[in-house]
Amino acid sequence: MKTILDKQQLHLTILRLAHQLLENNLSFKDVVFIGIQPRGVQVGAKLMDCIQQLCPIEKIQYGILDITFYRDDVRDELHVANTTDISFSIEDKKVILIDDVLYTGRTIRAALDALQDFGRAKKVELCVLVDRRFNRELPIQPDYCGKAIDSIISQKVKVEWDKEAVVLY
Amino acid sequence: MQLSTKHLLGIKDLTREDISLILSTATQFKEVLQRSVKKVPSLRDVTIVNLFYENSTRTRISFELAEKRLGADTINFSASASSVSKGETLLDTVNNILSMKVDMVVMRHSASGAPHFLAKHIPAAIINAGDGINEHPTQALLDALSIQEKLGSLEGKKVVLVGDIMHSRVALSNIYLLKKMGAEVMVAGPPTLIPKYIQEALDVKVEYSIKKALEWCDVANVLRIQLERQNQVLFSSLREYNLAYGVSKKLLDSLKKEIVIMHPGPINRGVEIDSDVADSNQSLILQQVENGVAVRMAALYLLAGNKTNG
Repeated sequence: MKTILDKQQLHLTILRLAHQLLENNLSFKDVVFIGIQPRGVQVGAKLMDCIQQLCPIEKIQYGILDITFYRDDVRDELHVANTTDISFSIEDKKVILIDDVLYTGRTIRAALDALQDFGRAKKVELCVLVDRRFNRELPIQPDYCGKAIDSIISQKVKVEWDKEAVVLY
Repeated sequence: MQLSTKHLLGIKDLTREDISLILSTATQFKEVLQRSVKKVPSLRDVTIVNLFYENSTRTRISFELAEKRLGADTINFSASASSVSKGETLLDTVNNILSMKVDMVVMRHSASGAPHFLAKHIPAAIINAGDGINEHPTQALLDALSIQEKLGSLEGKKVVLVGDIMHSRVALSNIYLLKKMGAEVMVAGPPTLIPKYIQEALDVKVEYSIKKALEWCDVANVLRIQLERQNQVLFSSLREYNLAYGVSKKLLDSLKKEIVIMHPGPINRGVEIDSDVADSNQSLILQQVENGVAVRMAALYLLAGNKTNG
């Protein structure tokens, strides 16, 4: 077991991501954030808190998306569905998807499919806490990345919110 | 997490966990049905045949919509317009359909146990859409979802099934499900329409007075008088049945509380339930139909993704 980000680093990383998001988006009028179920939602919530603190007057639109029904392995492995809650239109908006770990890219592929059913976004960007660089199975890359790591397939990366750390098993 | 069964033949075979899984998955599908694109691609590589040996409006449309909204390919089969009238057996018909690479079978049949028989002989997953006077599992599941939405949970709730208990598959499935989920169940109706030993066999309360039954319950699920299955005279006339056991506005107004009214459809207006009750705010009838699609999507999704299907 190896700690990739400890409590302080995790906090700083989220703060940096929030700053980067602010830097690239001067106004959040046409920007919406979507956390991917189940684990991207926690990252999303932390990021939203951070951004809200940095600019308290901005109204931030944040939704959560479950991609279970869009998976390409429905018939191989059954996943339990989670709540989707997107209470705003994404039509012509810039959508920033948020997840904890980017690995094969298949979750993001499914999320892109799911987004289509909610409207035509003007642009979609991806923000992840951890990017496992060398294990991609699809041509998908993050626009905002907390920490890029090199790991092998047999290893597992986990964000442990109770201990506020990211660990590699 | 997956269902403990390969087929959905009846609520009798399901565990409490199975029922909870289907209901929670159905809740997520309900959200999908509120979107502008009411469709997900989960079952796009699955082909499903709807095999209806008995008439149906709601169940059939609901299953077909559920299948289409999951992206599955569907074929519809009704016995009256097929080679069944030429004398082909059930097993031959199904095997011929399955040889065209069909993955799942949704089936309604007038003979109790027909889907159970089929399950022993074919490899495809089967969903029972009603078999004779035995079970109608998806109806019980959608009833449960409707009660759960209205009252928060099923645990400890008092549900009365009113009317033709003897010939109703909805009643049997509902009894199994409600008991498994911890609700209290009562059956009410004329003695000729309530099986004699039901109290001992299924551990339900029996009440012959409709007024007392409604006083007791939180939810009344009013069942249709199944005239097509009654081959002897069990009550003197529909008018007399209505006077003695029909759920009327007057009867509901005389209760001290407001209860929830449900009906699985099709309604015989003015027989088991009066129009003003069926169309009132107390009635969940149209919500039941709406929930039907979500529940059937959940059942199809969970069975298609069940690894034991091989």
